[in-house]
Amino acid sequence: MTARAALGRIGVHLAAILLALWVLIPIYFITLAAFSTQESVYQYPKALLPTDLSTDTMSFFLHSEGIVPSLQRSVIVALLTLVISLGIGTPAGYALARFSFRGADTFRLSVVGTRAFPIVILSIPLAVTFVRWGIDDTVYGVAFAHTALALPFAVLVTSSVFAGISVELEEAAMTLGCSRASAIARVILPLALPGLAAAAIFVFIISWNEVFAAAILTLQHRTLPAQVLAVLNASPLPFKFAGGFFLLAPSLIVILIIRKYLFNMWGRVVK
Amino acid sequence: MAHVRFQGVTKLFGDVAAVDNVELEVSDGEFVVLLGPSGCGKTTLLRCLAGLERVDGGRVEIGGRDATDLPPRKRRIAMVFQSYAVFPHMRVYDNVAFGLKMQKESKVTIKERVESAAGLLHIEDFLHRYPAQLSGGQRQRVAVARALATKADVLLMDEPLSNLDALLRLEMRAELKALLQKLGATTIYVTHDQVEALSMGDRIAVMNAGRIIQVDSPLAVYDRPADMFVGGFIGTPPMNFVRAEVAIEDGRPVARLGDATVRLDEDARAHAGRTAILGVRAESIEVEAAAGDGLVPATVVVVEPLGSHNLLTVRAGANVLKVSARPDLFPAPESEIWLRIAPDRIRWMERDGGGAMAEETADVLRSREAILSQAGNEASTG
Repeated sequence: MTARAALGRIGVHLAAILLALWVLIPIYFITLAAFSTQESVYQYPKALLPTDLSTDTMSFFLHSEGIVPSLQRSVIVALLTLVISLGIGTPAGYALARFSFRGADTFRLSVVGTRAFPIVILSIPLAVTFVRWGIDDTVYGVAFAHTALALPFAVLVTSSVFAGISVELEEAAMTLGCSRASAIARVILPLALPGLAAAAIFVFIISWNEVFAAAILTLQHRTLPAQVLAVLNASPLPFKFAGGFFLLAPSLIVILIIRKYLFNMWGRVVK
Repeated sequence: MAHVRFQGVTKLFGDVAAVDNVELEVSDGEFVVLLGPSGCGKTTLLRCLAGLERVDGGRVEIGGRDATDLPPRKRRIAMVFQSYAVFPHMRVYDNVAFGLKMQKESKVTIKERVESAAGLLHIEDFLHRYPAQLSGGQRQRVAVARALATKADVLLMDEPLSNLDALLRLEMRAELKALLQKLGATTIYVTHDQVEALSMGDRIAVMNAGRIIQVDSPLAVYDRPADMFVGGFIGTPPMNFVRAEVAIEDGRPVARLGDATVRLDEDARAHAGRTAILGVRAESIEVEAAAGDGLVPATVVVVEPLGSHNLLTVRAGANVLKVSARPDLFPAPESEIWLRIAPDRIRWMERDGGGAMAEETADVLRSREAILSQAGNEASTG
């Protein structure tokens, strides 16, 4: 029996290792290629270890036409998305965490449900509407579309952050002379700050990595992923690797920072 | 300091009345304990007073003002929470100063009042620390100091000692009582621990199922419980409940317990000819080694030596009783002893309506067992 249990454990670990490798190996090669000389990118067979570290490939990518402006636009779009999503999502998350109101569970489900709506399908009518409003091919249009994508996460993550902060702290502040608003400002927000920062970074990354909506809603003023996608087929290999790394790196860093909030998401809200 | 009055206060959660038409007055400077099992509505009642719950009916008055619709910050109350609710992102000094800063006191006043509150609770040395660097007992002190610093009219405490370990709780109980006596603060204190209630309160309000059953001094609640619930909830062991026939014998009221006859006080005369429930405390029963007039024969079931006394479980006819005996008395199990029950220590519970009463007694005792084990669990999980 114990032998079987041990075998089972080994099996689980093996599966986990395989899955991890499946994700990590491409990341490793992309990173390796992005920081190699352009020549070695074309080499075959590939070196498995970093033998000729160089910023050559990266600088080639950054000096390619349209990359720097699209990079700037990506940053602006991501920041706009962040401000709008957290501006709306934080109060909603607070309400979900603190008050039990009629339809709270339905609301929570429907928040997740919006993610079932494919952005590809959403983008076409959005493009038409944006043309009418005159915000097509602008950072605002893309930011609005990205907000639609990021808002559910903003609501759920902030709600888990607030649910993790004892209501009694807020009540204690209120008995000591605070209104609800000042109790939130003086006690709850300072304590929620790390979690809200994590939510902010997460929202930033959702926007940073989003390519479909950005590609459909913009023509001349593309964000970085849209720009990379648009010129991908006509680009040399080093450009692809460097671009890939540029899109990948922020997400990796963020996942490492906020994973504890993501794991807590459901467990804590249900409390 | 101020006087507090609840007038017909009702709080509903859905269809359930967590607090059911409660009437209670607390005088200026008085220490009143709300005591009852988990879920009896005591904390909800306290939160209605704090303004943290909106009442669904009735009036809450603090210091002669109608506070029913006031937000917590306008009620001039301070509250100590069960979890302490010390702000983790502020140093102890800022925690204690929080209420004073909200009242826009001057820096000098704040410093003075924080230091005096910290002195009362012996936390002067920790003022620059963060709560995470303190032990549970020290955090508890910070919470009390923070509540005292604002000099609120009424001090509310919600099971403030239940998260401390047993020894610390004992120590803090006495310290807190002395401190609050010295300050003369109007205090309303919630607990499920009857020992805490008996030892600390000027008066105890015993609650069950959202209602206040009895409000009396600790001694009165202990000696003259208003009903079987109170008798069963307060005291270790709980009050004994005995079924007996009341009769008149030689012109005097007596209770017949099986073959034995126990003399009763004159006021029992009205119940002659009925079956009644008598409430008797374990320490009100004396143990005799030989039969005698007015003694009740009983068989020993268990002897539990407790140091200060031996707790006997005995069977007298159909009744099972707990008796406190001298610590040097060790009757053998199954041996015969005789019980002397003093008439003036017998508490009338209820007149017996029929056979259901015995079951009711058992119900009360069972629910008390449940309460005790629950209270034990709460204490240990805290």
